[in-house]
Amino acid sequence: MSDRRSITASVLGLWARDFRVLRREWLPFALRTVMNPFLTVFVFTFVLPRTGQHLPVAAGAMTFATVLVPGLVAVAMVFTSIAAVALPLSIELGATREIEDRVLAPIPLATVPLAKVAFGAFQGLLAGAVIFPIITALPATAVHIRVASWGMLLLMLILSSWTAASLGLFLGTAVRPQQIGLMFAVVLTPIMFLGCVYYPWASLSAIPWLQGFVLINPLVYMSEGLRIALTPDVPHLGAGIAAGMLALLASLLTAAGVRGFVRRVVA
Amino acid sequence: MAAAVQLHDVRKVYDGPPPVTALDGVSLDVEAGTIYGLLGPNGAGKTTAIGICTTKVGATSGSAVVAGLDVARNSVAVRRHIGVAAQAITLDRSCTVAENLYYHCRYFRLHRDDARRRTKELLERFLIADKQASMPGQLSGGLAQRVQLARAIAHRPTVLFLDEPTAGLDPQSRLALWDLVAALRSEGLTVVLTTHYMEEADQLCQRVAIVDHGRILAEGTPEQLKQESGGFAVLDMALAGNHAVARAALDGVAGVSEVQDTEHGLRVLVSADGTAVPRVVSRVAEHGLTDLKVTEPSLETVFIRLTGRDLRE
Repeated sequence: MSDRRSITASVLGLWARDFRVLRREWLPFALRTVMNPFLTVFVFTFVLPRTGQHLPVAAGAMTFATVLVPGLVAVAMVFTSIAAVALPLSIELGATREIEDRVLAPIPLATVPLAKVAFGAFQGLLAGAVIFPIITALPATAVHIRVASWGMLLLMLILSSWTAASLGLFLGTAVRPQQIGLMFAVVLTPIMFLGCVYYPWASLSAIPWLQGFVLINPLVYMSEGLRIALTPDVPHLGAGIAAGMLALLASLLTAAGVRGFVRRVVA
Repeated sequence: MAAAVQLHDVRKVYDGPPPVTALDGVSLDVEAGTIYGLLGPNGAGKTTAIGICTTKVGATSGSAVVAGLDVARNSVAVRRHIGVAAQAITLDRSCTVAENLYYHCRYFRLHRDDARRRTKELLERFLIADKQASMPGQLSGGLAQRVQLARAIAHRPTVLFLDEPTAGLDPQSRLALWDLVAALRSEGLTVVLTTHYMEEADQLCQRVAIVDHGRILAEGTPEQLKQESGGFAVLDMALAGNHAVARAALDGVAGVSEVQDTEHGLRVLVSADGTAVPRVVSRVAEHGLTDLKVTEPSLETVFIRLTGRDLRE
C-alpha cells in the first residue's frame, strides 16, 4: 500500500469515529447549532414586527430579515465549529488525554487536526443547511434570496465552513477546558456582534474606525461572502476580497491550529 | 536474539524554568520476546523513557531504535509496530468499549469487516464482552485498564509499552492483568513496562532496570539484581530513645553491613541469611525499640541499597 493510500484509510477511520459520535449526539449538536440563529430570527423578524417596533432597515429596500440570512448561516457555522471541534478538542487534549489513541495512529501528526478541520467544515455545511429553511421561512417580513451563481455559492460555502472549522481547531488547541467560559465571553461574543451579521459591512461607513477594526474578524468575510452568494442585492464586499481573505484567514488559523495541536501532544 | 528496543545514551531535558533533566544518559537493550521492566519511584524518568520510545517525547540527545527503526526519523513507521497503554485511562469517552477497539483498528487501517472481527475477538479474549456497550466512564479501574490493554494490541504490534499498568488497581485486578501480559509475551510479543511495584518487576519481567533520577542504577534479571546488589535484608526499626546511641550500639555486630538514620529510628541492612537479626534486635532493644519491620531480600531492598530510599517515597 502506498503511503498516501494508507493515510487515507486512517483518515476514513478518524471520520468514521467522528460521524458515529455526531450520530449519537445529534440532538445536543442540533440544539447548539440552531439556538442562536433561530432566536435571532425569531425575536428580530417575527416578534418585533408584530409588537409594532421598528426594525433596523439596511441600505436599499432590503428587509432586515434578508440582511440576516447570510450572517446567520455564518453564525451557525461558527457555533458548530465551536461545538464540534473546539470544545471536544479542548477536552481531549486536556486531562483525559483521550486524543492519545488517535495521535498514536500510524499517520503524520498533522493528519489528526487536519481531519478534524475537514469534518468540522462538513458539520458546518450541515448546520447551514439545517438553519437555512428556518431563517428564510420564519420571518414575518419578506426575505429576498437570489443565487446569481451556484459556483460562487459553493465557493463561499466551502471557504466559510473551512474558516469556521479552522477557528474551532485554533481555539480548541489554545483554550484549556477551564477557560471555555472565558472564551465564549471574550472571543465568541465580540466575533458575533462585530461580524457583520446584523448589518452589512458597507453600512459601517458611518463609523469609520469600527469599519476598519472589524476587518480582523473572520466572521465578517464569512457573512459578506455568503451575502455575495445569497443576497447580492444587499451591499457587500467585493467577491475577490471576501474569498481571498477567507482563504488567507483559514490557512493561517489552520496552520496555527496544527502547530498548537502538535505542541500539545508532543513534548 | 535481536533487540526489539535499543536506547543509546538518551538524554531528555524539559525546558524550564527551571530545566528538568528527566533522563540523564540512559542506554538499554530489550531482547525481542521478553518482558522488560523499568522499576523506579515516581519521577524517576520511566514515563519519559516510554514517551521517547513511543514517539510522544522527543529526546534531547541520544538515539532510540524500536522494531529496528529509528524513532526520531521514522515515527510514523514506528507507530505501526508499537502498542501503547498509558498509565492514565485515555479511552475515548465519547465511544463505547467496543467502539474504542473498533475505531482503533480502523485508525490502523484494518478493513471494516476485519476491524469488526478483531473487536469481537478482543472483547472475548479480555473478558469484556459483557461491557462492550458501556461507556468508558462507567468502568472500574481494572476493567478500563483491561480495555486499554486490548486496544493497545488490537493492531497486532510487535512491541507493547505499558506505563504503570497496574497503578491504583486492587490486587485481584493486578493479578488478572499480569496473567494477560504474561500470555501476550508467550505469543511472542515484546513488552516494556514501567512500575514502582517491585513484585510486578520481580514476577513478571525477565529483565529489570532500576531507574532513579533519570539514570539506570542497575540492570539484569531479577535474580542477578538481588544477588549482585548484596542480597540484603532490611530492618526498619522505630526507636523511642536516642538514635545515635542505638546506632553506636550496632558497631561491630556481625552481619550488619550498613546503618542509616530514618525519621523514626534506624534502617539496618543485614546479610540475607537473617542470622544477624536477633543480634541487632538484642543490641537495640534497650534503646527504646518500639517497632520492627523486616524486608526480605527483594528488588525493594536492592533499590533501598542503591538509593537509600524506598520505592514509594
